[in-house]
Amino acid sequence: MPKKALSRRQSVGLVFLCTLLGAAGQVLIKTGAKASAVGAPWTTLSGIWANLWAMATSPNLIGGYMLYGLMTVVFVFALRDEELSLLYPIISLTYVWVAALSVWLFGETVNLPKFLGIMVIVAGVAVLGRDGER
Amino acid sequence: MTAQAATTPIQSIVLVAIASFIGSFGALFLKSGAGKLHMGMRYLIFNRRLILGVALFCASSLAYVVGVRRGELSVLYPLVSLSYIWTLLWSVIFLKERLTKNKCLGLALIVAGIILIGLGKG
Repeated sequence: MPKKALSRRQSVGLVFLCTLLGAAGQVLIKTGAKASAVGAPWTTLSGIWANLWAMATSPNLIGGYMLYGLMTVVFVFALRDEELSLLYPIISLTYVWVAALSVWLFGETVNLPKFLGIMVIVAGVAVLGRDGER
Repeated sequence: MTAQAATTPIQSIVLVAIASFIGSFGALFLKSGAGKLHMGMRYLIFNRRLILGVALFCASSLAYVVGVRRGELSVLYPLVSLSYIWTLLWSVIFLKERLTKNKCLGLALIVAGIILIGLGKG
């Protein structure tokens, strides 16, 4: 654990790293969710158990949530020396990476309404984050 | 992989919306449980509100994972921002936090963004 305070640039860099970790986590969760869809029913106890077991043992899901855990730790480090209102809006970059990765890896399409929607959400989260210190 | 991802079924959207709703209650209980931490660190473990908050986050993750089994991640992931709306509602209703102009603007932008993504979904 570094004792020296982080510079603003270092803190922002760490949060940027968080957005990449978060986006990678989402890709793993998506692929793990798909792989763990064993087709068991949610209406019987054994079915529920089969569903939960498939999820709990899915390497991609485990990896995805581990990345989320790591992201949280990195974010807490970044928060130590910098204000939340500066750092939080950066997190919404994750929406942009997830959209780009969805196109690249899953062959999804990002049309104009989707693109605008993501940008407007990013702006909305930035505005909410800015409010933090007041 | 590509063929199935081309459209997003309504069930997936509903499940992710439910996940964000449950998750926002998780945040609410974590927040109210965290207030007890001023009374000592042992309240980190013996704290029904924190335990309930974590349990709600787990339930929320479960709904999310089932939700993203099918459908487009580029539609479903942005829906997670619905949780900002719920969380803001609860913080005004239950925690008596002030609703500022800034918060209203941020909220309106997020709602508009979600509607746009809904229009663009396959």
